Amino acid sequence: MSKPAYALPEGLPTPAQEPVALPYWEGTRAGKLVIQKCRGCGKHQWGPEWVCHACHSFDLGWEEVAPRGRIYSWQRPHHPVHPALEGHGPYIIVLVELPGAGNVRMVGNLLGDPAQAVTIGAEVEAVFEPHDTATPPYTLVQWRVVG
Amino acid sequence: MTERTLRGKVAIAGVGETTYYKHGRSPDAEFKLALQAIIAACRDAGVDPQDVDGFASYGNDRSDAPRLAAALGIRELRFSNMHWGGGGGGVAAAVANAGAAVHSGMAHCVIAFRSLAQGQFARYGRGAQQAAAAGDDAFLAPYGLMSPAQRFAMKITRYMTEHGIRHEALRAIALTSYAHAQTNPRAVMAGRPLDAAKYDASRWIIEPFHRLFDCCMENDGAGAVLVVPAERARDMPHKPTYLLGAAQGGHHRSAAPVHNAPDYASAHFPTVARNLWDMAQLGPKDVDVLQAYENFTGGVLLGMLEHGMVRPEEANEFLVPENLRFDGGKLPLNTSGGNLAECYMHGLEMVNEAVRQLRGDACNQVKDPQVAMVIGGPMVTPVSSLILGTEATL
Ligand SMILES: [Zn+2]
Repeated sequence: MSKPAYALPEGLPTPAQEPVALPYWEGTRAGKLVIQKCRGCGKHQWGPEWVCHACHSFDLGWEEVAPRGRIYSWQRPHHPVHPALEGHGPYIIVLVELPGAGNVRMVGNLLGDPAQAVTIGAEVEAVFEPHDTATPPYTLVQWRVVG
Repeated sequence: MTERTLRGKVAIAGVGETTYYKHGRSPDAEFKLALQAIIAACRDAGVDPQDVDGFASYGNDRSDAPRLAAALGIRELRFSNMHWGGGGGGVAAAVANAGAAVHSGMAHCVIAFRSLAQGQFARYGRGAQQAAAAGDDAFLAPYGLMSPAQRFAMKITRYMTEHGIRHEALRAIALTSYAHAQTNPRAVMAGRPLDAAKYDASRWIIEPFHRLFDCCMENDGAGAVLVVPAERARDMPHKPTYLLGAAQGGHHRSAAPVHNAPDYASAHFPTVARNLWDMAQLGPKDVDVLQAYENFTGGVLLGMLEHGMVRPEEANEFLVPENLRFDGGKLPLNTSGGNLAECYMHGLEMVNEAVRQLRGDACNQVKDPQVAMVIGGPMVTPVSSLILGTEATL
């Protein structure tokens, strides 16, 4: 059995799939990017929260959004911050804004050469990274440069 | 209507600290360090520690006020206060909270302090190593984003890229702290000088703006100041250091989850700085000496920019070591060596240094300073900052 290719080594913390964020995690399992959208005022909101920060409605819906964005900022960590990263070498973390969802931002890894030049404003698309053997299973959202 | 302000109402009458140790080298427990620093601050002010009636701290300090009060035999505890937020974001706020307690009459003689034996407890440079990450961390830790440096790095990348500020500006901040530490016998990095070549050769912690020397170290120790009403301070051994301005907080949704603060590329001081200057009735040009908290040099840069000490377009030109020296620099910075090179005491050592500068007995004494500023830990929320002044500034 071949090992699935993940952006980072196994053994990093897994995401607790908490009630406030459950539709997001269910969406990623189905290969969809689903985030909060207020039924009161229509504003997108990320990360998940119990109340809309704009109109204070508790009636927060969830909506599938286009899995495309652009790099808002980035970093290339070298220092291992977790035992699972010892000896792994540098990797890229990107902050991606989603123009199709009110410019909310998400954090993920940028796929490809870890030494690649990274440009703020570059267009990226989501790549779903399923961790099927985890208990419970979960799917991360990674990013790669378009084109 | 009476003006609501702390300006000139309270003063720091005593400062104290323990010996500063490298990470894990303190022979004493964290709580004992807190006691030592508090007693030292009281001695400096000529006050019996049993007459202290309040404690203010920050960053979830583990040395809690009731235990301190019991250990010291305090006669009556009137004020015990913990400022929310991690690290040193609350250092100036803790001093201000002590001041507010004293000015309002809730208490009379309040210690603001920080105690830290990082060897005894968890390290800051690493993420918490639990199996499942909850809350905000569920969307960060699985991507290898866990440490404080990583939480702030993308703010720095965005700001410096947008404004074309070079890494050399951050290097100047690091070199300044190390240079000042060489002539401060308290400094952990005394005898360990840093030059540009050594800085440039140091390893990357995070590209593009965090080399090893851009990052604070971890230390053990404690520091404390004693805050009393201004009129009482005039009858005490040292000339009083008056609180002229204090502000804390954060701008609109600066703590928005998963890096969604609308004004993201910020150290979180835009509104805090405005409120600080309003209370102090002063501006950036009035500051004679600046202590600016280095968790990471990028945060010092952003904190200085957001307080108006320098404009973004002049940052490359202004942030050079000559301008930041205690002797003749245009804006003397971190004159004791700061968090980077005196001791990472979550900024409390910077308040002590600001007081010593205004008393005129600092080891790297700026010539005749009247106004000193302390910028607390940047890029966390809430943040805080402080303006202190001599009698002449009232
Ligand atoms: Zn709403």
